Amino acid sequence: MTVYTAPGQPDSLVTVQGRYGHYIGGDWVDPVKGAYFENISPVNGKPFTEIARGTAEDIEAALDAAHAAAPAWGKTSTTERSNILLKIADVMEENLTAIAVAETWENGKPVRETLAADIPLAIDHFRYFGGVLRAQEGTIGEIDENTVAYHFHEPLGVVGQIIPWNFPILMAVWKLAPALAAGNAVVLKPAEQTPWSILKLVELIGDLLPAGVLNVVNGFGVEAGKPLASSPRVAKVAFTGETTTGRLIMQYASQNIIPVTLELGGKSPNIFFDSVAAEKDAFYDKALEGFTMFALNQGEICTCPSRALVQRSMYSDFVGDAVARVEKIKQGNPLDDTTMLGAQASNDQLEKILSYIEIGKDEGAKVLTGGERTILEGDLAEGYYVQPTVFEGDNSMRIFQEEIFGPVVSLTGFDDEADGLKIANDTLYGLGAGVWSRDGSQAFRAGKEIQAGRVWTNCYHAYPAHAAFGGYKQSGIGRETHKMMLDHYQQTKNLLVSYSPDALGFF
Amino acid sequence: MSATHASSLPARVAVTDEAADLLRRLVGNHGPVMFHQSGGCCDGSAPMCYPNGDFMLGDADIHLGDLDIGLDDQVPVWMSRSQFEYWSHTHLTIDVVPGRGAGFSLEAPEGVRFLIRSRLFTDEEAQRLDRETAQH
Repeated sequence: MTVYTAPGQPDSLVTVQGRYGHYIGGDWVDPVKGAYFENISPVNGKPFTEIARGTAEDIEAALDAAHAAAPAWGKTSTTERSNILLKIADVMEENLTAIAVAETWENGKPVRETLAADIPLAIDHFRYFGGVLRAQEGTIGEIDENTVAYHFHEPLGVVGQIIPWNFPILMAVWKLAPALAAGNAVVLKPAEQTPWSILKLVELIGDLLPAGVLNVVNGFGVEAGKPLASSPRVAKVAFTGETTTGRLIMQYASQNIIPVTLELGGKSPNIFFDSVAAEKDAFYDKALEGFTMFALNQGEICTCPSRALVQRSMYSDFVGDAVARVEKIKQGNPLDDTTMLGAQASNDQLEKILSYIEIGKDEGAKVLTGGERTILEGDLAEGYYVQPTVFEGDNSMRIFQEEIFGPVVSLTGFDDEADGLKIANDTLYGLGAGVWSRDGSQAFRAGKEIQAGRVWTNCYHAYPAHAAFGGYKQSGIGRETHKMMLDHYQQTKNLLVSYSPDALGFF
Repeated sequence: MSATHASSLPARVAVTDEAADLLRRLVGNHGPVMFHQSGGCCDGSAPMCYPNGDFMLGDADIHLGDLDIGLDDQVPVWMSRSQFEYWSHTHLTIDVVPGRGAGFSLEAPEGVRFLIRSRLFTDEEAQRLDRETAQH
């Protein structure tokens, strides 16, 4: 067991300055208006540094830097861009533990997740896009014997990216790696709940990129995010968050006639067919872990399997085993590498989860385990901790229809495959889903029927770089991860060339 | 806490005194404001507060009611119609808690966050609202 020292303490792997400015044009700069805001660690609920409170003036400065850098970066050879991404990955790998500790302190998630998932996945993402970038080719169409259509990939130019707080570094990298690979310059606005860890990453990798290619401006949504999203100087906006802000970003994009990528969450069903319980073997154990995956990252994942649908023919035995598995979750200090469940990312998130637990009880859902705030001892008493909670109820209840974004699963039964799929699709969203079955044909059928962009089959919460991720229905527009993301950050240039010397004969 | 619906029907939305205080301050700084209830990821269940008219409304939205905060302009509260299908059986009260929400909601720089508190409509309220819905 290792308990990492909190960042900023004398023997910590991670240093903390008293305050942090913006990263613009390759330099650390003070905010134009000179204001800063406190950054709180959810681990103990206490402020630990100050972050620049950006405004439209800072966004303009970042856009100036990005526009100055974009033309040259877009013409840099793919080999050179690829090598820089690979170098970024190497530097991150050399500093993996320190980055992971910083991310845990920032977000509250257990360090064993940042060590084993968040940061290794971010590293792999840079490597993946460094790789596929060099394999990308344009096309040539022979229109006729003397006419050729050449299709080239061109970068969009300068793009704006607005990052959520649930995976401050990984979600930034999901957006950054393809945008940089495709030859764009970026102005990135982290979430105001988690503005710091990405700056620790930039301290390490900023110098590897030409000045101005990556710019980070912190601040509040209304003061910094809105000027970025509504700027006529960005060629695209990518956003992860919720539906109302997603609509607002589309509204701004419509005024500027630019594309958006939106990832807006879900209420993902995790369907357990009765063949799962045919034997109490390794696969059964894996399925129980799959049920418990709702608690990964404290449930703060857009694809949290927050609706568990269990076939009635195995319901009581399976649910009994699943609840027992949930009760084995170890909650505690996120910096302890044996902790499985850490802190919610912010106080308002904690309040929201607790209000949903009240709604669930009010609507008559039954609490099978959990259902309360956790108060840890000592210095962690003011941190934002919630017990892993299993509700049993009906799919019409609000706790089955809204993303609670906490370690809360809403459980119900179904009779047969058709009934299970009907419940699974009875939602406004369609981001993730899970299907568990020993019958491969059934799993295939179910996976095709579920209206969601990612259906994990006999697994859950795997996020490889080379599998496409994105939503159906109100879960958003576009995809993240996979080489198709290069297209999301590129224009198509068509040169239509005639090699014939002869006039058409029209005039 | 003030219930604030002009008609005799049960109000669908209300506002706590603390949230009304904050709204008066926001109106002082930004002019009349509105709410649109969000859904989905991250801050998904937060009521988002914008300068009135900043958020483009349409047939996809439903007007839940107006909050009386003691100023000339009431504060309209909206939600997408599809989301309302799943929320219509609950009464919503807009409260405020310390925190730091993402999104473009006006209150975030104040170090606070609007939060929805919900309760089920009573049977009597639900019947009256159902009759109203049936008539339209």
